[in-house]
Amino acid sequence: MMGDALTTDEGFLLPVRDEESEPFWEGTRAGELRIQGCGSCGRLRFPPRPMCPWCRSTVSSWKIMSGRGTVWSFVIPHPPLLPAYGELAPYNVVVVALEDDPSIRLVGNLVADSEAPINSVDPASIEIGQAVRVAFQPLSDEFTLPRWIRE
Amino acid sequence: MDTSIKDRTAVAGIAQTRFAKSLEGSEKRLACEVIVAACEDAGIDPSEVDGLCSYTMENTAEVDIAKNIGADNITYFSQIAYGGGGGCATLGQAAMAVATGQARVAVAWRSRKRGSGGRPWASANVGLPTPLQWSRPFGLLRPADEIGVLTRRYMHEYGATRDHLANVALACRRHANMNPNAMMHEKKLTREDYMAARWISEPLCLFDNCLETDGALAAVIVSAERARDCRQPPVYIHSFGQGLPSQHHTMVNYWCEDPLRGPSWGCSEQLWRHSDFTPADVDVAQIYDAFTTLIPLSLEGYGFCGKGEGASFTEGGAIELGGRLPVNTSGGGLSEAYVHGFNLITEGVRQMRGTSTAQVDGAETCLVTSGEGVPTSAVLLRKG
Ligand SMILES: [Zn+2]
Repeated sequence: MMGDALTTDEGFLLPVRDEESEPFWEGTRAGELRIQGCGSCGRLRFPPRPMCPWCRSTVSSWKIMSGRGTVWSFVIPHPPLLPAYGELAPYNVVVVALEDDPSIRLVGNLVADSEAPINSVDPASIEIGQAVRVAFQPLSDEFTLPRWIRE
Repeated sequence: MDTSIKDRTAVAGIAQTRFAKSLEGSEKRLACEVIVAACEDAGIDPSEVDGLCSYTMENTAEVDIAKNIGADNITYFSQIAYGGGGGCATLGQAAMAVATGQARVAVAWRSRKRGSGGRPWASANVGLPTPLQWSRPFGLLRPADEIGVLTRRYMHEYGATRDHLANVALACRRHANMNPNAMMHEKKLTREDYMAARWISEPLCLFDNCLETDGALAAVIVSAERARDCRQPPVYIHSFGQGLPSQHHTMVNYWCEDPLRGPSWGCSEQLWRHSDFTPADVDVAQIYDAFTTLIPLSLEGYGFCGKGEGASFTEGGAIELGGRLPVNTSGGGLSEAYVHGFNLITEGVRQMRGTSTAQVDGAETCLVTSGEGVPTSAVLLRKG
């Protein structure tokens, strides 16, 4: 584990950067959405892991995604929640299916712009199937989270 | 050679504590008391217990159980992982141990003080290994949020509605209203109450979520032959399945080909393969209900209806006493007690003994399932 902090100063949970997830988080810090592909058969897989379940190769080749996708599902959490999240509730959490490979689905938040809070979109306006594109927001020196803006 | 465990073992004894928001005594003490009571129900001395099966999240270790209940020599012990998915597997693995001679008197149990304890998700002080690093930072924090995602997608793909989820909540509550041991025994619930309830994680409201309970339960498993000589009528463990399907992720199962085809589908294949019965033969079912959504998903997985038909299956009182398939006849996790599904096992046994407070007339088979959305397990019980 490389990062020591478990939360930001505001209390938002941070990811854990490990051997498997490192290239993903390096990607977001560089403003790219990178997904693990197999170095042998080329299939994408998520979450990242050492072995390709289709050809058993342990060689990876990370691919840059277009950053476009559609809302696959979403929830609107209400309290009780961890305090930092509770203060913003109700907010949205979306699951986005990527255009490059719709079987790759990323959890994230739909926001009004890349810097806007996770409650910046009217929950009543969110629908499954809406087209979205990725944006990036630095959460700490180490972590930049992908987030989603409607096309 | 037939190596199946079909009907070779039986549940000979069961016991449970009171279910409450807060109980006196430690989880360890409750576990020991309830195991001794289950032995008493079977008419077997606790010193004879030689097999112990529990969930990996059980806080009382086998060494502590053994030295408290005075077990002579434990020859088989196992724990099953994945939270509430492991419940029926504690019974199934005990049955496997007894059927293969690795144990003669096996005990499965669960003891938990959740009502008076903390919320498992509420600590920010834990690391987020995969897969949680892919969901929690975005505020997908609790089981209700994780299952809420699948619920919304299920509604979108198959036209399920909040009315269908209410059918589940109301069926469990009506059965709990008949069960004096249920936490919600005296609390009525109407469709209007359901529709007006506060949100937990839209589309799930308060009444889509299970209770928070202190309680302990145990079951004693012996050979079918020995069970016929025990104090209670035997309840045979007819078949048993576990399931961990392709590309599955526990709870946040969003990264497989079809997230709405959960672990119950694979578990079901194994269960029915070794069974003399089909879903149409099942008289009553106890289906894991940490959330209402898990019942329609499980009805599909275990073959009571086609894919996407689980929600409409609940219409017209079909899952209530008197309906096509009465479900969770003691009130389940939604309205009796939430103890990771072990109360579904004890209620299944009562149905087969004919002693449920919502007894299904002439019931001879009962399906009991564990958590959908996590690697899971199920048993089919048969009346002796
Ligand atoms: Zn490959």
